[in-house]
Amino acid sequence: MDNLALENINLGHGSGGRMTRDLLDNIIFKTFNNPYLNQKHDGSIVKFKGEIAISTDSFVVSPIFFKGGNIGELAVHGTVNDVAMCGAVPKYLSLAFIIEEGLKIADFVTIVNAIKKAADASGVLIITGDTKVVERGKGDKIFINTTGFGEVHPKGSIATDNIKVGDKIIINGSIAQHGMAIMSERQGLEFESDIVSDTTNLNFLTNKLLDVFGNKIHFFRDPTRGGLSSVLSEIATDINKGIAIYESKIPLEKQVAAACEILGLDPMYVANEGVFITIVDSSIENEVVALMRKDSKGKNTSCIGEVTGDHPSKVIMHNTIGGKRIVTPLIGEQLPRIC
Amino acid sequence: MKYLSEYRNLEATKSYLRLIEKTVTRNWNIMEICGGQTHGLVKNGILDLLPEKVQMIHGPGCPVCVTPLNLIDKAIELLENDVIVCSFGDMIRVPGSKKSLLEAKANGGDLRILYSPLEAVKVARENPDKEVVFFAVGFETTAPANALSVLHAQKEGLKNYSILVSHVLVPPAMEAILDDKFCTINAFLGAGHVCAIMGYEEYKPMAEKYKIPIVVTGFEPLDLVQGIYMAVAQLEKGLHQVENQYARVVKEEGNKAAINVINEVFQIGNRAWRGIGEIPNSGYVLKAAYKDFDAESKFGISNINAPENSDCIAGEVLRGIKKPHQCSQFGKACNPSNPLGAPMVSSEGACAAYYHFSDTLISSE
Repeated sequence: MDNLALENINLGHGSGGRMTRDLLDNIIFKTFNNPYLNQKHDGSIVKFKGEIAISTDSFVVSPIFFKGGNIGELAVHGTVNDVAMCGAVPKYLSLAFIIEEGLKIADFVTIVNAIKKAADASGVLIITGDTKVVERGKGDKIFINTTGFGEVHPKGSIATDNIKVGDKIIINGSIAQHGMAIMSERQGLEFESDIVSDTTNLNFLTNKLLDVFGNKIHFFRDPTRGGLSSVLSEIATDINKGIAIYESKIPLEKQVAAACEILGLDPMYVANEGVFITIVDSSIENEVVALMRKDSKGKNTSCIGEVTGDHPSKVIMHNTIGGKRIVTPLIGEQLPRIC
Repeated sequence: MKYLSEYRNLEATKSYLRLIEKTVTRNWNIMEICGGQTHGLVKNGILDLLPEKVQMIHGPGCPVCVTPLNLIDKAIELLENDVIVCSFGDMIRVPGSKKSLLEAKANGGDLRILYSPLEAVKVARENPDKEVVFFAVGFETTAPANALSVLHAQKEGLKNYSILVSHVLVPPAMEAILDDKFCTINAFLGAGHVCAIMGYEEYKPMAEKYKIPIVVTGFEPLDLVQGIYMAVAQLEKGLHQVENQYARVVKEEGNKAAINVINEVFQIGNRAWRGIGEIPNSGYVLKAAYKDFDAESKFGISNINAPENSDCIAGEVLRGIKKPHQCSQFGKACNPSNPLGAPMVSSEGACAAYYHFSDTLISSE
């Protein structure tokens, strides 16, 4: 416990020796306390029924604390959601930290607690992990990698091959909140707002959709980095069919729209963390929307468009004044404009 | 979102489109000066909703696009010599002769993307042992804030702050376009935000001299179609007046306080425009009293020169002689991931606007 009286993480915490062990015992094992992790072995052995879905993601967000969450819950939600988007039920997560020396131990504890809370709420266990410490300047406070393992839902069949002309594209909520929440706290962008990140787990809602509608749910995808535009463009290219969307149907909070307007950013390219789209058979459009709207993660659900036989590989947005435009994927980072 | 949603109203926009249709009897070429207007026209699909007789020509009003290549090389030179360079965002991906600011940052340069030059003064205050340079590009719109940053730095006695000036002015560019022997432009949509600062008194002699209507216009769909209608109505009646569509923002005399700040710090000087060349009296340079804040002389980088890429027709696009998709490189060798010229980079650049939003790409496939 001695070294935890220290204020900051130092290189000793990543040495693999006594200090590492103390850090793990006093923070990691204590917090995540489960039979798999408690074996304190190099890895864990788990049982799965049938096919498994695996997804990995690294989290490097800056700042690490932002309105609506921190890097810890993001690291859980991001990977849980990626597994869920495969049409699977997330069960287990691995958890690896790369910590820059000097990180406050109090901050580390806050992040670990957020991970625990998010994992519990998502119904997943942390079953293996790793902690490395790098010299100051060789990281940015803390990076987290998580890998998620899930059982493919017995009725799930999620693949781009299933998407056909006429399918409806449904989104569960308002776009651009996470990206704008992060943006509002970045250095050099002086604007204050109450926009909070939408980071949350989506697995129970996607599972429910598969429970009820089975293989009529053709596809899931969460538009994180690159935003809704990038994801739709990728899908259109992959399926070699057209996608038509309607600007007026895309949920966007007034405050987020205003912040994007001020900063000259297009919300269609801004990152989300609690948003997913599902592409479904047109026969179940209304039922899917009704079911999703009843769920706390889908109150603003909206059918935003459909898959079409026209303009293959292209996404066309119909805007509020009756014009049309091509929606293209984001090329590098979205950059604020001069005037 | 007041003053925005009203100007994105479907019915009002359609009614102006019908008015344009009803009014127009001949072919007219109208140039929107500002890149923000180009972006609005293309993003909202207005180009396809206009009658064929009304052709929009995209003007040079994209500050990123007209900033000469050698200015980018100068900023990179600073970045590679331990200077903290602060810049507006869309400048950083524009290719210089060897690399972009973004690539120079990846190589270890300390580049900061800011929304306001006053933030750069703060960076200078917080880093007293470092030199801090703000890349002061833009039209008259950004000039007041850039000038104000100099006044703030002076007041605070900051010796480590300077600006790399590449300020250009709209009216001389309009005259240069009108004097071009290939010019086919019948009317201008004036740049709303530039006029918010400068007013529009100075356009009156130009409208008279060249017998050309100038309609100061905003950026939302309704602004744009109303501005186009006003220009078409004048052309059909044979008028050549200066009108103000953007009256909710623009006053005839402009913003006096902002103009005073500009005049305190800057004076008119010659400026090179990327793709167009040098235009006399077409930009701002720092006054002698503020020469200590001139990064070019402070760091001795005035001599850096760079040739333009010969495959890029940005100059013709910026003068309205060619449309982006008429370039043989458009969407092929030149695209937003690998831009040959600035108009493909900036969100206000005509080439990027066409690439991202226009259905010229649909019809080409």
